[in-house]
Amino acid sequence: MRSRRNFLAAASGLAAAMMAPVARAQMMRTPLNNMPEAIRKVVGNATVRAGKVRLNMPPLVENGHLVPLKVSVDSPMTEKDHVKAIHVFTERNPMPEMVTVRLGPRAGLAQITTRVRMADTQNVVAIAELSDGTFWSDSAHLIVTLAACLEELA
Amino acid sequence: MTTANARIDVPKTAKRGEIIDIKTLVAHHMETGFRRTHLGAPIPRDIITTFVCLYNSVEVFRAELHPSISANPYIQFSTVAVESGTLEFRWSGDNGFTAVQTTSINVS
Repeated sequence: MRSRRNFLAAASGLAAAMMAPVARAQMMRTPLNNMPEAIRKVVGNATVRAGKVRLNMPPLVENGHLVPLKVSVDSPMTEKDHVKAIHVFTERNPMPEMVTVRLGPRAGLAQITTRVRMADTQNVVAIAELSDGTFWSDSAHLIVTLAACLEELA
Repeated sequence: MTTANARIDVPKTAKRGEIIDIKTLVAHHMETGFRRTHLGAPIPRDIITTFVCLYNSVEVFRAELHPSISANPYIQFSTVAVESGTLEFRWSGDNGFTAVQTTSINVS
């Protein structure tokens, strides 16, 4: 006699089988862009350390055309110790650069919010350039269901 | 030169030294340059590339935008209210696009 447990196991197996083509479709990713090179252009030979930066983005994106992006950096924003710039990069959009903002002690807070496009499920990296010449970063992984950028016009 | 619909949200008054929140939104389609028409012809890039905020003619914030920025770019940032005066916001980009918005702030 089939128990409920057996039925559930069979059902989940069936679900997995049905998911397989979807998984294959997801293998057809947009190619990686040259993000490491774009980052190197900005940071030079400096090492980028994790920390100080918080990149806030939704983990699951339904519409890749309009994705909120918020970056905040722990910094007193004084003349001696402030954030000079925040750079945001993406892995699989056609171009690695997303946005660069330049600010200084007059910003008061090292925090920006904007809205970006996401072409695919991918990682986003935010790098803060501090007045002492150090670089700090944070990254976020986003799953995108409706991609931006690559569709054709009707 | 194109005129554009740009909106800004800046407090009218602030205390000296207060960090004020600034929200900006400008109407622009931000055509990425990576799309094609159904006939396969590439659609040329047409984006806003630069946004600058001037506080009494001193630059306090600048953003360099790329095609990854959504249509109708929204930028939110902050600045310290140091003195009364004007805040000027300038957007510029491809095909000679420029937009300017100014507002005054009263700092006590």
